[in-house]
Amino acid sequence: MTDTSPRRARRRDTRPVFTGIGVAAPNGLGTAAYWAATLDGKSGLGRITRFDAEHYPVRVAGEVSEFDDTEHVPSRLAVQTDHWSHLGLTAADWALRDAGLDPSALPEYEMAVVTASSSGGTEFGQREIEKLWSQGPGYVGVYQSIAWFYAATTGQISIRYGMRGPCGVICAEQAGGLDVLAQGRRLLRQQARVVVTGGTDASLCPYGLVAQISTGLLSTRDDPERAYLPFDADACGYVPGEGGAMLIMEDAATARERGARPYGALAGHGATFDPRPGPGHPPVSNLRRAITLALQDAGVEPGEVDVVFADALGVPERDRLEAQAISAVFGPHGVPVTAPKTMTGRLYAGGAPLDVATALLAVRDGVIPPTVGVRAAAPSYELDLVRSTARDGPVRNALVLATGHGGFNAALLLTAPDPS
Amino acid sequence: MPAFTLDDMRTIMGGCAGVPESIDLGDDIGEISFAELGYDSLAVLEMAARIQQRLGVRIPDDAVEEMRTPQAAVDYVNRRLAA
Repeated sequence: MTDTSPRRARRRDTRPVFTGIGVAAPNGLGTAAYWAATLDGKSGLGRITRFDAEHYPVRVAGEVSEFDDTEHVPSRLAVQTDHWSHLGLTAADWALRDAGLDPSALPEYEMAVVTASSSGGTEFGQREIEKLWSQGPGYVGVYQSIAWFYAATTGQISIRYGMRGPCGVICAEQAGGLDVLAQGRRLLRQQARVVVTGGTDASLCPYGLVAQISTGLLSTRDDPERAYLPFDADACGYVPGEGGAMLIMEDAATARERGARPYGALAGHGATFDPRPGPGHPPVSNLRRAITLALQDAGVEPGEVDVVFADALGVPERDRLEAQAISAVFGPHGVPVTAPKTMTGRLYAGGAPLDVATALLAVRDGVIPPTVGVRAAAPSYELDLVRSTARDGPVRNALVLATGHGGFNAALLLTAPDPS
Repeated sequence: MPAFTLDDMRTIMGGCAGVPESIDLGDDIGEISFAELGYDSLAVLEMAARIQQRLGVRIPDDAVEEMRTPQAAVDYVNRRLAA
């Protein structure tokens, strides 16, 4: 293919649509609660309560505090799955209901499940390791064999609803949450008619937190309101969180035939990888190329993009690289940029799907949710950051960015549904 | 009075493998197969491990094949305890 052929050439019907959203986020359980809190700038960050984190260098996180595992997940399923899967199973169930889909009425081999995961079932694993060390190998539960595994959420969703089409998991940290949607699109172009996708993560146990701290990128500030300030001159790392979002993707024609009302369509995706960092030369980011690839894939010009949901790591060096990538494509102060994840913390594999859910709601309601906490974007970044309060205005095209620890970059362009 | 009863089994089942959605563990479940109750082979393996720890009776992995219903599990355990 030549460089220009994909532009404007792809028929609209090859753009899959999103027909269902399920959200489990630190500042709101369920889509309605989350969206209301997010537009109000209500943060879900606070001191860690899931365990005593007093003596850990990181003590602030975004916990899904309203969530009761035993209430939301059937008992038989709950015993064999980690907290991260509980959040995912619940969000998937809500997303299916939101889409108005009854899986038992659909051909089993035409339903696919592709979720993102970055930590797997660390809390479950920690519990079993504690039994191993304190009581012995005979006390380690059999479900450890399946609960920790990155594909566990996908597998359990597949079993629960009899979805026997292509299933898989993508582990690319935060970027994996966008890459799963590109994989879902691939499957919809083949044999699938419905894809349950998105992702969650929940690794706020001692073992999980220590693994995260080892990157050196987490905020050690104790004040939840000052702990995560991406693009601010006072940025000091990011706050981890738990939860995410599940999404239902369908072929546009199939969705139309059954009378579904899509939130929006997946118009484009781009994924790149950074070169290995080495001593003596500055880090290089290929995020800009991921953005360009996504725009080309969508056939959308930079000037047509109404908002960018930033990856917003909150680490100065990385904020600068992301700001440069955005300014290079859109021009200085050329597009509204926001980071509602300042209200949830970074949810890793759950973070990008939650940003996608948020972008779809922004398209629906014509409003850009705010970035909270940031007093002023550092001027050298040349960003039009939507701070403090939501900004009204039509959102026709929204770009979501995600970078994953280790060099993953992904960009995804969402577009408003066809008026019909 | 057998050393290990169906009620003990009910406690083990609910405690380590969760409770089924379609049936109450307090019902007359003795002769209903674990599969019908919604417990797969992993679940039965987990129950066997907990019985071993609670009663100190060894249950080899292939014995799990024999334990097709809660009552069959109770009978097996009592035979082992008596031996």
